[in-house]
Amino acid sequence: MAELNHYLILSGVLFTIGTAGVLLRRNLITVLLSIEVMLNAVNLTFIAFGHFLGSSDGQIIVFFVITVAAAEAAVGLALVIALFRHVETLNPDAFRQLRG
Amino acid sequence: MPVNLILFYVFAAIAVITTLLVVVQSNPVYSVLLLIGSFIGLAGLYVLLNAPFVAVIQIIVYAGAIMVLFLFVVMLLNAPREEVVQSNLIDASGTRAIGGLLAIAFAAELAWALTRSRGLAVSAPDERASYSVAAIGQRIFQEYAFAFEATSILILVAMVGAVTLASRHSGKR
Repeated sequence: MAELNHYLILSGVLFTIGTAGVLLRRNLITVLLSIEVMLNAVNLTFIAFGHFLGSSDGQIIVFFVITVAAAEAAVGLALVIALFRHVETLNPDAFRQLRG
Repeated sequence: MPVNLILFYVFAAIAVITTLLVVVQSNPVYSVLLLIGSFIGLAGLYVLLNAPFVAVIQIIVYAGAIMVLFLFVVMLLNAPREEVVQSNLIDASGTRAIGGLLAIAFAAELAWALTRSRGLAVSAPDERASYSVAAIGQRIFQEYAFAFEATSILILVAMVGAVTLASRHSGKR
């Protein structure tokens, strides 16, 4: 039987990979995907705690997290499309028109 | 070694390896497809954690709907390769070094927190902690009814916002 700490460590590993992706990658799509990875790591924590504490709250919160992630993905991708239309690139370093 | 533990390691390995490949991959189309693999591994873990409802939602909504949205945008933009912008304003290697340092610091912090957390000594739960879809639905529509309605408004706003942002006329007002 896998214990709670197994799941927490796995979740930490996934969250770290997602963080590294956000910080290191220079592609807006991959950055958004890394954010999804981080959300999933948090979901895993919720489910694991809900399971090991004997409560269904974790699953319900994950349900809400997934809906919010869907909204976030829709708005984020719309922003990416709008930005791409202006600058013709997906590199976040290229968006510097507000720079003083 | 019990079957549960073996399954945990199998699914965890799937999730970690595919997620690593997502971040390393330079072609976003492959990244999206690999992330679907990662979600499937996580769905297996959810089944192990007695959460079949969330596992199915994960496959249908996340891997099915959201990732297709990503794939659609990737193919619509048709700019798969990551290019390096030549500039003297931003030192790309410096940004990478700082980013990598932050990621490593974060990993160390998590490792520290997890190795120290001995307070929650949770015993193995009994089997009745498996929740049916009916029980979850009842709780969502009773205790969490307000959150549910707020989420529906949030999704409506996000939908309108996405359409407005991505519409062709929003740029030239």
